Amino acid sequence: MEEIFDTIILGGGPAGLSAGIYASRGRMSTLILNEGTVGGQMVLTHEIANYPGVEAINGFALANIMKKQARTFGCTIKGNLRITGYDLQGDVKTIEVNGKDIYKGRSVILAPGGTPRTLDIPGEDKFKGRGISYCATCDGDFFTDKKVIVVGGGNSALEEAVSLTKYASEVTIVHQFDHFQAFEHAVNEAKANPKIRFIMESELREFSGDEKLRAVKIEYLPTGEITEMEVDGVFIFVGYKPNTEPLKDHIALNEWGEIVVDPQMRTNVEGVYAAGDCVVKRYRQVTIAVADGTIAALSAMEYVNSTKQLEQEAGQV
Amino acid sequence: MLQTNLKHIESADEHKKFIEENENVMICCGRMGPMCVPVYGIMEELEDEYTHVKFADMEFDNPDAHVIRNAPECAGFMGLPFTVYYKNGKIVKATSSIQSMEEVRAILDEHFKQ
Ligand SMILES: Cc1cc2nc3c(=O)[nH]c(=O)nc-3n(C[C@H](O)[C@H](O)[C@H](O)COP(=O)(O)OP(=O)(O)OC[C@H]3O[C@@H](n4cnc5c(N)ncnc54)[C@H](O)[C@@H]3O)c2cc1C
Repeated sequence: MEEIFDTIILGGGPAGLSAGIYASRGRMSTLILNEGTVGGQMVLTHEIANYPGVEAINGFALANIMKKQARTFGCTIKGNLRITGYDLQGDVKTIEVNGKDIYKGRSVILAPGGTPRTLDIPGEDKFKGRGISYCATCDGDFFTDKKVIVVGGGNSALEEAVSLTKYASEVTIVHQFDHFQAFEHAVNEAKANPKIRFIMESELREFSGDEKLRAVKIEYLPTGEITEMEVDGVFIFVGYKPNTEPLKDHIALNEWGEIVVDPQMRTNVEGVYAAGDCVVKRYRQVTIAVADGTIAALSAMEYVNSTKQLEQEAGQV
Repeated sequence: MLQTNLKHIESADEHKKFIEENENVMICCGRMGPMCVPVYGIMEELEDEYTHVKFADMEFDNPDAHVIRNAPECAGFMGLPFTVYYKNGKIVKATSSIQSMEEVRAILDEHFKQ
């Protein structure tokens, strides 16, 4: 007989893995389907120092512990696949993977997290890894004594700009507004650093070079004037967007593409829950994703158990 | 040593032997950083599917990793990891920085046809 999972979890970051731990430990047959590397944004984190009960730990190592924990309770985890179809309506939900495999579940927990935004301007793909980077800690040392630009005005941009001054001869922060969104202490630290200068109310328009990045075009937004600046590297930190684009025709999202949930993590579709960075919220942290995943799993469990009971009473099973 | 489930290459000699003894090889040379870990994850995932390709990693800070760091095909690379594909011991493709599953598959399918 075709297997119907009690719950299918879409996303294997801390929210999805926590949901997997709780659901499988609650004796639900549980499947996690993850589009990228299992662990989600945690594996992008060199060090997580604020996860209670664990002293500073590499994000990849924390993800591996969570993954192992979920598997111990019987959760099946499949990573690096592509979700190609969703049918979230009805008592049995259907998820299509890689255009061919079909998985069915009585409930679905959506935990697709978020992805760093890119600028989507000419040359960005061509010079990725040849001057354009999204990680100062990873690639900073390639830019020793070189001129770099940091794009963005949030905490990541300002903190990474300061950290890049350990290597680069000059760091220019290019930001689209006339003020920063970062915390005041991060702004003050950047402003006090003699190697950092600022180009405000401006956006990058194009990357150019040969086998390496050599220059960028920058537009000053109030006048539309475009100037070219020679540069060796550009680090892009322009925020994250929820990975909910493929879900927009299936569940209710708000204007920023975040999934709308109630305090039990229920979406507007019966039997479908959401957790983690993809849902409407102010702060995005591992602890919060873990808590969301826990609530979503417990809510899904209650829903699945009650529907099974109803079916039994109706003599359907 | 990198904390992955891939084969680890730890010396220039081992690297030479590995690319000479295997027709199709993909080696990812990096650190345990956010741009590198996803590529190791993709390789781990593809190992069972691409049985005609041998997958391995090498620590970027290992002095012997000069065999990859200084390869002419990696000139101009300024983003980790450096991922190098070998056919019969010769480099057929090299990429810099994070790659997606689709990008890795496309390279494997193009250069390592069965
Ligand atoms: C560089 C960096 C440093 C950070 N540092 C910290 C820190 O020190 N402390 C802290 O608490 N938080 C930190 N955070 C934030 C924290 O990592 C996130 O809040 C947390 O990972 C969110 O968890 P999540 O499970 O909701 O989503 P994610 O971690 O984003 O995981 C979602 C997973 O779902 C996959 N996916 C996407 N779409 C689909 C789909 N349609 N179907 C199936 N799978 C899909 C993704 O590939 C991903 O693997 C950091 C984030 C970054 C980027």
